[in-house]
Parts: sequence; structure tokens; C-alpha cells
Amino acid sequence: MALPLQVQAEIVGREPAGAYHRLVLRAPGIAARVEPGHFVAVAIGGVDSAMLLRRAFSIHRADPAAETIEVVFAEAGRGTRELARLRVGDSVNVVAPLGTPFPLPAEPVSAVMVAGGYGSAPMFALAERIVADGGSVAFVLGAATAQRLYGVDQAQAITEDVVVTTDDGSEGVRGFVTGPLPEVLTAVEADVVYACGPMGMLRAVTEVASAHDARVFTAVEESMACGVGVCMTCVLPVVGDDGVSRFVRSCVDGPCFDGTKVRWDDAGTIPADIEGAAAMGAH
Amino acid sequence: MTDGYGGFADNFADNEDAGDFDDAPPSTIMLPGGGIDLATRIGSTLLPNPVTTASGCAGYGKELAKFFEPAAIGAVVTKTIMPYPRSGRATPRMAETPSGMLNSIGLQGPGIDAFVERDLPWLAARGGRTIVSIAGGHVDDFVALAERLKGAPGVVGIEANISCPNVANRGQVFACNPATSYDVIRAVRDVADPQVPVLAKLSPDVTSIVDIARACVEAGADGLSMINTLLGMAIDPDTMKPVLAGITGGLSGPAVRPVAVRCVYQVHAAMLDGQMAQVPIVGMGGIRTGLDALEFVLAGAAAVSVGTVIFNDPSSPVRILDELRAALIARGFGSLEAAIGYAHR
Ligand SMILES: Cc1cc2nc3c(=O)[nH]c(=O)nc-3n(C[C@H](O)[C@H](O)[C@H](O)COP(=O)(O)OP(=O)(O)OC[C@H]3O[C@@H](n4cnc5c(N)ncnc54)[C@H](O)[C@@H]3O)c2cc1C
Ligand SMILES: Cc1cc2nc3c(=O)[nH]c(=O)nc-3n(C[C@H](O)[C@H](O)[C@H](O)COP(=O)(O)O)c2cc1C
Ligand code: FES
Repeated sequence: MALPLQVQAEIVGREPAGAYHRLVLRAPGIAARVEPGHFVAVAIGGVDSAMLLRRAFSIHRADPAAETIEVVFAEAGRGTRELARLRVGDSVNVVAPLGTPFPLPAEPVSAVMVAGGYGSAPMFALAERIVADGGSVAFVLGAATAQRLYGVDQAQAITEDVVVTTDDGSEGVRGFVTGPLPEVLTAVEADVVYACGPMGMLRAVTEVASAHDARVFTAVEESMACGVGVCMTCVLPVVGDDGVSRFVRSCVDGPCFDGTKVRWDDAGTIPADIEGAAAMGAH
Repeated sequence: MTDGYGGFADNFADNEDAGDFDDAPPSTIMLPGGGIDLATRIGSTLLPNPVTTASGCAGYGKELAKFFEPAAIGAVVTKTIMPYPRSGRATPRMAETPSGMLNSIGLQGPGIDAFVERDLPWLAARGGRTIVSIAGGHVDDFVALAERLKGAPGVVGIEANISCPNVANRGQVFACNPATSYDVIRAVRDVADPQVPVLAKLSPDVTSIVDIARACVEAGADGLSMINTLLGMAIDPDTMKPVLAGITGGLSGPAVRPVAVRCVYQVHAAMLDGQMAQVPIVGMGGIRTGLDALEFVLAGAAAVSVGTVIFNDPSSPVRILDELRAALIARGFGSLEAAIGYAHR
């Protein structure tokens, strides 16, 4: 496990990217520790900020030589609106790298990267690693609209096998990523699927991948108060190696999970067979 | 373990390897003139300094050891532990609120056996002093927990979290009532190792916190931890439903600090007044800086806990310790002790 660092990072690059913002942060010491799937927790404002909780973002790119990391983010609410106001030269406090990254295959594989919206952010560095290790990759990138796609050009720079879907048909195939996915999995004889996006998409992708006997690893997005494993707000019901289901912390045990181990339909409930459910009866 | 995907199975090993770091964490920076005596006493325990972590905001110490050495602070107060494994509540378990947050974790934890066998020894080996927070639905649960902690490594205190529902009293929390608070503290004090101080963790959601504090002190509490979270809730204007799955949750963070300072001040005043024996108070509620910690000390706290602010700044306990030291020196105090309750003069 990489030791996270807490540093003051300077914004050295900033540009719009469709519906999103791309930020380049100079964060000394961090980039060399980053693996694809790690995330960064960014503080909003300084020591008097009324927004206490850090916001989590997938690390898009990490460049150890330049000491930079990049994130791609959407303006979703108060905190991300504040981040969007920052300019080159401003600084933010970051903690990174956090979480369990995507597991990398030990041998060359045929991998399919599936992402919804900004969920593609961690996928390009991962794909490049797989290709560098002698494997091959295909992409299925989806979003609600063309504006909300991210990195189609980056995917095309890595492979010819890029399929795009939009809910409204404004770019690529109309519909969800799960539409073309079965065909892609068959065409490339996929060994493994890596997915990042909304919960519903991850559940559906897990089903499709399992039906094709491909391994599937998913990066989840749960609300996190601490991001470092101490608060227990970010839990998901996950089946352990011992067959016992537990609420596990998506900030340390995830965000990258074996998709077949996550009990997608039970998220947001207390399944009767989860460890410790019986003790909840009294209160 | 490997199925071709390096170490993926380890994801479920409850972060067992979190203690094996490539680099040592930063140590506390000693300010010039660091000679000021910051030691503080809770019952028979002498802590080298007054800064602790608040229960539920530091896990069992391991994760934060990536950011600072557990031994650098006065003590680690661990997440409330119960007799058996507990799943906790459904998600969403949190909502950010102005200068604070609501949480509804529902005391998720592995149960006392796993805690004593796995988590406590880790902290002790790392040189950490541990104050173990315990809770149960019955007085007997508290008794069993205190019994189980006898002789456990590194335990310098027991904090009885009485802000939890009393099954025998229709789920009303123990801390809402002087008699039930007394019963728990008395029972824990009776069975706990006599060398280990027992602290009562008080809820601010009561008519008179002084009455509850007095009942706990009469029951033998060696110290009082205050305050726990305030009951609150938030409703999402888009879904038009409560944000938390548990509907209500505990409010914490700088937003509650004035309430917490008031509670500490009132109880310390009642002690000075002779309404109850004088015992050390561990003050908490929104401490973000050394000056916030100083505010609690001036109100009457002998030690402080840092909670929600850890989520904002995981290394904050050591920063706050350094800032508190500097603030005491700047005001000419020769020791921490001299500043305790100074606002009452
Ligand atoms: C591991 C991980 C990786 C992520 N990667 C990205 C990314 O690459 N790009 C991107 O745009 N977004 C990403 N997100 C989502 C991002 O964290 C939220 O959009 C952001 O926290 C919203 O903050 P806000 O203040 O704008 O919204 P508000 O609604 O005001 O936030 C209130 C609180 O809820 C939390 N919250 C709200 N929405 C989410 C959410 N979707 N996920 C987690 N917490 C949330 C916030 O952190 C904050 O504590 C990621 C989330 C996680 C957990
Ligand atoms: C996420 C979270 C979990 C908590 N869990 C516990 C707990 O298990 N036991 C307990 O006594 N207090 C618990 N608390 C309360 C804190 O210990 C503390 O009393 C309170 O939050 C006020 O301090 P703060 O504002 O510095 O956080 C919890 C608080 C938070 C935010
Ligand atoms: S966000 Fe705090 S434990 Fe995961």
C-alpha cells in the first residue's frame, strides 16, 4: 500500500474539457506513488472554510518527472463550484494517493475499459500500462450527451477499438454502454473488464462481463467523509474471500473492487446476512 | 491468493498491511521553548500532552499512523466498541452541513474480541496510549466490555459512551438520564482495572448537563468527556426526503463548538462551586486549531479531543498540539495546568 502524502499543491494547468474541468496540480512526492485507480482528496478552501469534507477525484494522470497529478471534474455542487473558480497559481491542499488501485494483470491480456462520463479519467493510464505490458485494450465510453464524454481522443490514441455511446445519440451509438458491450467483449475475446462510472452502470457491466466469463473490476463512487479509512461513512456490502459479506470501506478497501464481489442490489440497505446485522436489531 | 491480478484478494484483508510503510511518518515538530509542561492527569493516568483523537474519528489508530505517530499525541480514543460485530446503519451515512457534518454510522465495528486480539496490540506495539470507548444496549454489556479489557495492552483509560440507546428503557439513551448514567458508570468503575481511569462521555442533548455530570462523578467517573454529537437532520430539496438513511444523525464539527465550550464551562463552574467533586474534563466539539483547543482549556478542560477536523486535515492532532503549545507560551503560561479553567477567574 502506497503511503499517502498530505501536501499543498499548486495549480499549474487548468482547462475546460467538454462539460468538465481538467486541473493539473504540482504535488511534490505524490506522482511517483500513483497507480491507476488511486484517488486524491482535495480540501475546499483554507483553514476557515465552512466546507470541512474533502472531495474525492480519480487521479487522471500522474507524471513523476514533472511532479504533477491531474484530475477531471464536473461541477456537481458547492465544493466543486469552488474548485472551478481556482486559477493557475492558486493552491489546494491534497491527500494522495488514496485507495486500492485497479489490480494489474500479471500477463498480457485483452482488456475492455468501460466508463461513464468522467469515469474514464483513470482509464487511459491503466490502458497504457496494459498495452506496455504486451496486452491489448478496447474502450467503450458512454455519457448522457456528447458534452459529457471525456477523453475519446485519448482512447483513440491508444487503440482503434473505441466505441462511443450517448443516451441522446448526440455522438456515437444511442443508448448505454451495455448496449454494444457484449459484442465488443466477443470481438476482442476479452479476459478482463475495467469499469468506472455510476453505480447502476457498474452493476450492469458486471453482469455482462460475468456472462462472458471475463474478470471485472469496478471503481465505485461512494460519499466519503474522511477518505482515509477512519469514519466508516463510505461502506458497501461486499462478499469477502471467506464468503462472509461485510460493510467494507470503499476509500481503503476500494474504490476498485472485483465487481462480482459487490452486492450492488443491496447497497443502501442492511442485508440480513451482512456481518453484524443481528446486533442492529436492538436499536 | 493471486489469480493473475496482483494482490487483489488483499482488498478484503481489512487493510492488514496498513502498518507497513515504506517511509516513516513525520514526527512532531518541537517548537523552540518546547520546555513547557503539557502533561495532564486523568485519574491515575499521566498523559504526556492533552491532545487526543475523538472516538469514531480515528478508527483504531492504524490509518492515521500514515500521517503522524500515534505516540506523539496524548492518547488515541478508539471508535466505540461493542460486545459483538455490528454492521452499522445503511448508507447514506453522512451529510456535510455548514462548518460541520451529520453522521449516522450506527457504531459499526468488529466487536470486542477482534478488537482486543487485533487492533489493541497494534497500537500498543506502536507505542500508542489507548483510551478505549465502549458501549452496549444494557448495563451488563458495559460490564462485560470493561472486564474483557482488563490487562489488555496499552489501555490507559476507558471511555463509556453512554450516548447510546438503553434497550431496557425503550431505547432512550443512557446519557439522557442521571440515574441510568449513574448505573452504567458505577458498574464499569466497579469491574474495570482500578489502575485504569473511567471517563463518562456525555451528550449535550439534555436539559441540564451539570446534573448528568454530577451523577457520573458520584458514580465514580475519573473524568468526563464532552461533548458527543448533537442530534440533527437534513432534507434533500431535490429528492425531498431525509439525506441520511438513518433519518437523523449526529452533528459535529466547528458548528457545535460554542455549545461544547458552554457545556465544559458549566460543568467546570459547578465543580469549582462544590456541586460535585473536581475531575478532569476532556473537551471536544469542533476543535480545528490550537486556539480552539485553548478555548476548551480555558473553559476547564484538562485534555481535548480532535474529531471531525481529522477528516479535513488527517495530521491535525499534531498540528493542534504544536499550536496549543505555542499559544500557551505566548500567553505566558508555565504549564498546561495553569491554564485549565483560567476563564473562570
Ligand atoms: C473515489 C471517487 C472518485 C471520484 N472521481 C471523480 C472524478 O474523477 N471526477 C468528478 O467529477 N467526480 C468524481 N467523484 C465525485 C466527486 O467526489 C463529487 O462530485 C464531489 O464530491 C461533489 O462535491 P460538491 O461539493 O460539488 O457536491 P455537494 O453535493 O455539495 O457535496 C456534499 C458532500 O457530498 C459528497 N458528495 C456529493 N456527491 C458525491 C459523489 N458523487 N461521490 C462522492 N461524494 C459525493 C461531497 O464529497 C461532500 O462531502 C469521485 C468520487 C469518489 C468517491
Ligand atoms: C463520523 C463520526 C463518528 C463518531 N463515532 C463516535 C463513536 O463511535 N463514539 C463516540 O463516543 N463518539 C463518536 N463520535 C462523536 C465524536 O467523538 C465527538 O464527540 C463529536 O464529533 C464532537 O467532536 P468534533 O466536533 O471534534 O467531531 C463520532 C463523530 C463522528 C463525526
Ligand atoms: S471515507 Fe471515511 S472510512 Fe471511508
